[in-house]
Amino acid sequence: MQTREYLNQLPSHQRGPTSADLAWRLHLDGPLLAALLMIAAFGLFVLYSAGGENSDLLVRQCIRLTAGFGAMFLLAQIPPRTYRFWTPVIFAGGLVMLVLVLVVGTEAKGAQRWLALPGIGRFQPSEVMKLAVPALVAWYFRERALPPRLRDVALVLLLVFVPALLIGKQPDLGTAILIATSGLIVLFMAGLRWRIIGIAVLLVSIAAPAMYFYGLHDYQRKRVDTFLNPEADPLGTGWNIIQSKTAIGSGGLDGKGWLNGTQSRLDFLPESSTDFIFAVLAEELGLLGIVLLLGIYLFIVGRGLWISLQARDVFSRLLGASLTLTFFIYVFVNVGMVSGLLPVVGVPLPLVSYGGTSIVTLLAGFGILMSIHTHKRLLG
Amino acid sequence: MKKPVKKKVGNTSLRFRFRFLVGFWLVCACLLVFRAVDLHVMQHDFLARQGDMRNLRIEPLAAHRGVITDRDGRPLAVSTPVTTLWANPREVIENREQWSLLAGNDVLDSAELARRVMPYSEREFIYLVRHLAPEQARKVLDAGVPGIYSLTEYRRYYPAGEVAGHIVGFTNIDDVGQEGIELSMEQTLRAHPGKKKVVRDLLGRVIQDIEILEPAHSGNDVRLSIDLRIQYLAYRELLTAVNRHKARGGSVVILDSRTGEILAMVNQPAYNPNNRAGLAPASLRNRAVTDVFEPGSTVKPLTVAAALEANMVTPRTSVDTRPGSIRVGSKTIRDHRNYGVIDITTVLTKSSNVGTTKLALSMDEHMLPALFEQFGFGHSTGIVFPGESDGMLPLRAQWRDIERAALSYGYGLSVTALQLAQAYQVLANDGVRMPLSMTRVSQPAVGERVLRADTARAIVSMLETVVSTEGTARRARVNGFDVAGKTGTVHKLTENGYADDRYTGLFAGVAPADDPQLVAVVVIDDPRGEAYYGGEVAAPVFSRIVTGALRAMHVQPEKTPGRFAGGDSPGGRT
Repeated sequence: MQTREYLNQLPSHQRGPTSADLAWRLHLDGPLLAALLMIAAFGLFVLYSAGGENSDLLVRQCIRLTAGFGAMFLLAQIPPRTYRFWTPVIFAGGLVMLVLVLVVGTEAKGAQRWLALPGIGRFQPSEVMKLAVPALVAWYFRERALPPRLRDVALVLLLVFVPALLIGKQPDLGTAILIATSGLIVLFMAGLRWRIIGIAVLLVSIAAPAMYFYGLHDYQRKRVDTFLNPEADPLGTGWNIIQSKTAIGSGGLDGKGWLNGTQSRLDFLPESSTDFIFAVLAEELGLLGIVLLLGIYLFIVGRGLWISLQARDVFSRLLGASLTLTFFIYVFVNVGMVSGLLPVVGVPLPLVSYGGTSIVTLLAGFGILMSIHTHKRLLG
Repeated sequence: MKKPVKKKVGNTSLRFRFRFLVGFWLVCACLLVFRAVDLHVMQHDFLARQGDMRNLRIEPLAAHRGVITDRDGRPLAVSTPVTTLWANPREVIENREQWSLLAGNDVLDSAELARRVMPYSEREFIYLVRHLAPEQARKVLDAGVPGIYSLTEYRRYYPAGEVAGHIVGFTNIDDVGQEGIELSMEQTLRAHPGKKKVVRDLLGRVIQDIEILEPAHSGNDVRLSIDLRIQYLAYRELLTAVNRHKARGGSVVILDSRTGEILAMVNQPAYNPNNRAGLAPASLRNRAVTDVFEPGSTVKPLTVAAALEANMVTPRTSVDTRPGSIRVGSKTIRDHRNYGVIDITTVLTKSSNVGTTKLALSMDEHMLPALFEQFGFGHSTGIVFPGESDGMLPLRAQWRDIERAALSYGYGLSVTALQLAQAYQVLANDGVRMPLSMTRVSQPAVGERVLRADTARAIVSMLETVVSTEGTARRARVNGFDVAGKTGTVHKLTENGYADDRYTGLFAGVAPADDPQLVAVVVIDDPRGEAYYGGEVAAPVFSRIVTGALRAMHVQPEKTPGRFAGGDSPGGRT
């Protein structure tokens, strides 16, 4: 069995050192890196238009991207076993920081999400948890019997939901859900029994209405209402989504042309350079632009899943799959929100939306993925 | 051996889960692509239209109304750009905390703003202040309260003010003619604002002009026949006379006798079209065309003309007016005194009612009314002016003698000042009636002959005697020129018949008498002072206006100036 797997992987091993020798030596995955760079470049293009041709904005975004790619490069050098070793420590540290945020965190826009680090600046602990939570779940199952037993599942759920609740308390529901989801993906990948999944789905669908009435902040409930019927308050809460749909639809097949989108550039579209940047792209570059962007995203996800599948150990495999799918969920939630398929949740379009530490975190995640891919031989 | 087995189970499970996730991923991706196609292609038209509705706007292109000038191009009505402030109440109310920026603003302070916008919180457009001077509007706009905007409009300004007010009229705040030429020539003067398509941003700022949908056309200019210098003269003299004689009103009409152009037309009371606050409706009337009166003795020359035209008499033919009265039916018609046996010229000089009665009764009963009609009585003059009256000329199948007699000295019919001027224009223009015109005539129209030329000239020269020391209107004399004309003093018709003590004083004349160029009619309505005869109240106005008008028209005097100077003894009878 192991032999067959090994043989399956041979071509990639051979291809690695030969076709992308330099990349391989640097522990980078050529195709993945190329796709990420394409997205980043594409994103800068769109951001230039969405930000009103503001070059300052562009420079700051470039700095962030550079930092992100730097982090990716560094993390790619570290072998997966090191991650495996340090995961519980990092998770614990992250948990402490999350508690600290709630106690001494910095507040901005009504949410307490930042820790002020003297001399370094502001820092968002939830970003660390985006990587640490799936890593911890993967670590937990690294040598345990799969599919997991009920006791393991209960423990993992606790490990996942404690940080998620802490983050939801900030409040940052979007990130909390994403982090919980990334943990649950690992659980699913670990072979959670369908029975348990079925019961969970049932419980959630019963709990959802109760959550709606008792568990949500007013603004969150409003977002759900707006999602269900944006036309109910077209000038208030429905405005964002109506405007972004209008912007997308008026783009047509080939768009209005770069820098020519009227909805976005005339300030009709709110948050046009951050969460709703997809609508700018859709208006200016049309369906073709969207398909190109989604195509690259899909390639990245496909490549990520493929790398995970090739991974040698359970920890790497679970972590890789989780990181990749979390990335995809980002894309899906953002695009779904902007095009009116999902309620408005503050999730940026990965690598394209302006700002946020999420760019660094996401690229760091890809660094881990590359590490998983390029350290296989050594592990073997 | 158990462990590997378990691991194997785990592995297959893992592979299956991977495939499951890949499947899930593909489904989600398809969902996104499907949604994109849905919005981009299926809903494209709807959403694109929605987008256009948000940022494409049709904006007016301002165009101004045509300019009204006098015959020499002096402006009588011009449009000046003004700034109108408007507000989007919804936006203003949302930014309530910024209202204080307008505190103490002398054009629009914050309390006034609140009072204006609060009742309209659901609207998106209200006028705040219209027609401000641009620098005043700037004061408000510079305060920077969100939701207050400006637009350019044109406001009519009337440089001649009260002097030409009745003729020019005025427009309303929307620049639509309401009175006078502004109303009657609305179609010509009206501006045709264009339309352009623009892109506006969320704050309503125009970002880009896309295309001109309709070009803006300014209104056409109108050049009136009025001579502002003569108009001003007429205005001043009439005002003076009306005040001096405590009259209720008055009118002056001056025509160019050769072309039929109206050179001046003024009335009292008048109004200033630039400031119509507290305006009495009576002041609005252009009495010269709207108000009718019985012309009285001023039609006697026309009666004589009918007799001359019928070759019944010559200017030298004698008429016996003794004993100063004549009985017609049950009425007795009286002269001012017994003039004895006089010739036809003297009938006019002394304004003998008995003389004209005898002439009228000796001619065919339909002849005088028919001639009056040809002079233009009973019909609108054809100038385009709102509210012009037709006057009244009875046309009967059978005429009683008293009716024929009354007609001969100007009772039983009514005319406007303009109609009377038109009749005298026929006399002045060798018997040819010219169509009257409010606008400058470049190519004189072909007139209509009403009288033989010799008849008309004979009448004019007979009328010169009226202005002589012998006549009723020596105060109508003009230094340096022979003038001709006829007075009239008419009892006003009231609800209880003719009032004994209320009159209309008239004078109608032509100048110069030997080569007439001007016709002037002066009406002094209901003078309450000591004087009321046409020769006393109206004739001096004629004299002063014509003196100035002839000078303005550069007509050479043919007499030594001063020849008649000093003759100021009160003359004038009926």
